[in-house]
Amino acid sequence: MEKRSMKGWLYLLPAILFLGFFMVYPLIDVFIYSFEEGYNSASQTYYGVGPYNYSYVLHDPYFLQALKNTFLLVVITVPVSTGLALLISVGLSSIRPLRKLYQTVFFLPYVTNTLAVGLVFMILFKKTAYTDGLVNLVIHWFGGSTIDFIDGPYWAKLFVLCFYTIWVVMPFKILILTSALASVNQNYYNAARVDGTSRLRIFVRITLPMISPMLFYLIITGFIGAFKAYSDAVALFGTNLNAAEMNTIVGYIYDMLYGDSGGYPSYASAAAILLFVIVLTITCINLLVSKKHVHY
Amino acid sequence: MEQDYSQIRKSALWHDRLRSAVTYLLLTVWAFLVLFPFYWMILTSLKSYGSYNAEHTPAFFTLTPTLQNYRDAFTAVPLARYLMNTVVFTVVTTALMLVVITLSAFAFARLEFGGKRLVFTLFLSLMMIPNELVIITNFVTITNLDLRNTFPGLILPSVTSVFYIYLLKENFEQVPDELYRAAKVDGTSDLKYLCRVLIPICRPTLITVTILKVIECWNSYVWPRLITDDPGYYLVSNGIQEIRENGFGRENIPAMMAAVVVISVPLIALFLLFRGKVMEGVSRGGTKG
Amino acid sequence: MKITLEHLTKTFPGRGRKAQEVETAVSDFTFEIPDGKLIGLLGPSGCGKSTTLNMICGLLKPTGGRIRFGETDVTDLPPERRGVGMVFQNYALYPHLTVRQNILFPLQNLKGKDKLSKGEMAHRADEAARLVQIEELMDRKPAELSGGQQQRVAIARALVKMPHVLLLDEPLSNLDARLRLQTREEIRKIQRATGITTIFVTHDQEEAMSISDLIVVMKKGVVQQIGAPQYVYDNPVNLFVARFLGTPPINVFAGAIRGGVLCLGDDRVLPVGNLPDQEVWAAIRPEGFVLDEHGPLRCRLSGIEVMGRDISVVSTHESFTGTAIRSIINADSQVDPASALVRFSVKPQKLLLFNKETEERIPVRG
Repeated sequence: MEKRSMKGWLYLLPAILFLGFFMVYPLIDVFIYSFEEGYNSASQTYYGVGPYNYSYVLHDPYFLQALKNTFLLVVITVPVSTGLALLISVGLSSIRPLRKLYQTVFFLPYVTNTLAVGLVFMILFKKTAYTDGLVNLVIHWFGGSTIDFIDGPYWAKLFVLCFYTIWVVMPFKILILTSALASVNQNYYNAARVDGTSRLRIFVRITLPMISPMLFYLIITGFIGAFKAYSDAVALFGTNLNAAEMNTIVGYIYDMLYGDSGGYPSYASAAAILLFVIVLTITCINLLVSKKHVHY
Repeated sequence: MEQDYSQIRKSALWHDRLRSAVTYLLLTVWAFLVLFPFYWMILTSLKSYGSYNAEHTPAFFTLTPTLQNYRDAFTAVPLARYLMNTVVFTVVTTALMLVVITLSAFAFARLEFGGKRLVFTLFLSLMMIPNELVIITNFVTITNLDLRNTFPGLILPSVTSVFYIYLLKENFEQVPDELYRAAKVDGTSDLKYLCRVLIPICRPTLITVTILKVIECWNSYVWPRLITDDPGYYLVSNGIQEIRENGFGRENIPAMMAAVVVISVPLIALFLLFRGKVMEGVSRGGTKG
Repeated sequence: MKITLEHLTKTFPGRGRKAQEVETAVSDFTFEIPDGKLIGLLGPSGCGKSTTLNMICGLLKPTGGRIRFGETDVTDLPPERRGVGMVFQNYALYPHLTVRQNILFPLQNLKGKDKLSKGEMAHRADEAARLVQIEELMDRKPAELSGGQQQRVAIARALVKMPHVLLLDEPLSNLDARLRLQTREEIRKIQRATGITTIFVTHDQEEAMSISDLIVVMKKGVVQQIGAPQYVYDNPVNLFVARFLGTPPINVFAGAIRGGVLCLGDDRVLPVGNLPDQEVWAAIRPEGFVLDEHGPLRCRLSGIEVMGRDISVVSTHESFTGTAIRSIINADSQVDPASALVRFSVKPQKLLLFNKETEERIPVRG
């Protein structure tokens, strides 16, 4: 018995070691860091314990900017991408010819390198001394005036960031929703047809409730994912996001940790914990709402 | 009466046609939005530096494609080096992770030992912990261990995944108990049973996990960015950022696009080859990033 | 309402590479279903019975032929305009709606002049629920109901529209054996009470025989025989129908007629009148055997199964086509389990002869 017990632990040992060292310990440590005031990473000393790091972060205009950007990004991209994905999935489920081809094409953004393709978006939207860029060309065709989306006004930059974020998250949502739609038993639709149910009523009363668990799963993961946005922004606006006014909370954390403005793990920790609290709160609210509205 | 019904039928048919036309239009518009960036990056990568910069209004095609940009991408910047690093990083991380998660999943699924339930619950609760929370200390730890700009520093923090352990454990448990007992009766050791029976049976899940991990590794950006500042250890994501910021000594967009194409091709090829597997895998356990 | 099927045919495009070829699911089905009867569509899986049901319902469009309800040709009408109620194999109850909402669902679809007030709807729903005795379950979700209760909700949902025709697709297949017996009685009772022409599909011959007024036996899209259950059982038109009906199944021997007598192997079993000499399939119902120590049919005894009222004698014979002959004998009969041989005489009315090639029935006179 004793030997068998040992064996189990032996098999678990690598995972426990790695998780302990790179997850559990850091988790405790990040709380400690966040309360150590005036931590100096070179000498590894600090001179006090208290909530100063939090107060610093909460008063840091860069953090507030990042908070605002992240919130706007979440509020815009989650509903838009989920709604659009639902529309496309319903369309995809209703066709037969070319369905596989469309599915394959729609999935492509998932397997691309965010940083690399972000660069393509940048040159599509950017306006330089030599050229207005493609998007501006199109705007010009339709009689609009050209805007620099990468170095221009705040709303234009936010638009590009949202657009790219949606482009990146769509494949996953379309995939999940298409398979959720496919898993609805055809008999329900047959039964509804026999009863002469209109298409709209079938969608609202049958399809939506049936896929509601998956829909809420997507909304929750969508929220979490959007709150952690970072590499999309780097891809579009470069590593100096503060200068571009396009930083996100995660970006703020990394900037505090490392880079030109880095070297402040305490501030980074405080910001990370604030992010965690925000995400946790939103997720709990989501779960509460979904309990009321999701069937099963 | 008859007339009435044929009228109804006709209008229904017309409605159906209209609906399907609108559907295809919508799908095509989105497909266009998805494909256009790919088209643009390939197109730009084939334009020569001179002709690209001479275009005030971008041209939608080129009559004089050149591969010069690809030559530049491999010679002017260490793109080959970045690719090589990424391949090493991806292969080693994925291989190590598979070993670690297989052993743990097996322990949870088949072995009996004191405290198993408690440990499993603790493992599961770790799934809630976002990466952003632990990356700070990991950064400090790796720095203090002098592992910056080394492969161990890049690889070690990402060789375990609680979620994949969970996924694999569930799959292992679906294999009937009888097989395990039969193997025991035949005097098969646990390790041999794991390698000879469980792993072959659960290969689809292992492939799923592998695919997801490969995608994740190939695109990983944040950790490598924190832990490497020597371009000799850059992965492709950091490489492309480096190219963008100090790349070719001047703003050479066609060459940048060539690098982007080179970086994007491996995963897209992998996807097109294993299309079904990838999509099934992602729907079972993937989120972006 | 009377239902008329005229040359009803359904073909599906072939699968895979041979897209030119077609699979015929139902072929040239002509039948008039009298008003107010309960009809069982019976056959092995893939025989086209569900396809037929779906065409009557309107979910599938026939490739050829017409369907009439009464005098109205409904072939081209969508399902909701036919006035049919349908119960699906797995009930297709909407899991997120309560029983009441499920039953109300079809009524809420009604538009224009058919539109009902809230009160009328509630009244109709209560009435349907009372009919199937689920009044006390109205506020539960389908997942909280047993299989039998779900079945009744499904029937109530089909009946609430007051359909002219009720269609049931394998209504009992998801229930356990005891519930099946009980539910089929209830279906019978509800059908009698409402007088709605009802068609149900099943692969279980016992189920079909026990409650149908008429059964339709199908095989590979072709109707084999239509008739009252007992008549079809006693007078199957071919070997397929004979084999398909009855438990234990009919015992089929490869026999021959020699000089007006049916011979099984060396045993001269029964005179069959003036039929010419030929090879035949001889099929004997299990209840057609009579223990008889001088009987002409000599079988090797392999075992005896006591079933209470009856006993089942299991034996073998050289000309038997299956693995074991099963004969049902009154329990009072004495069979010595130790003896190697058992002898039977055969009741003439329980013996059926079929043509060796066509497997069509050969009528026996005298």
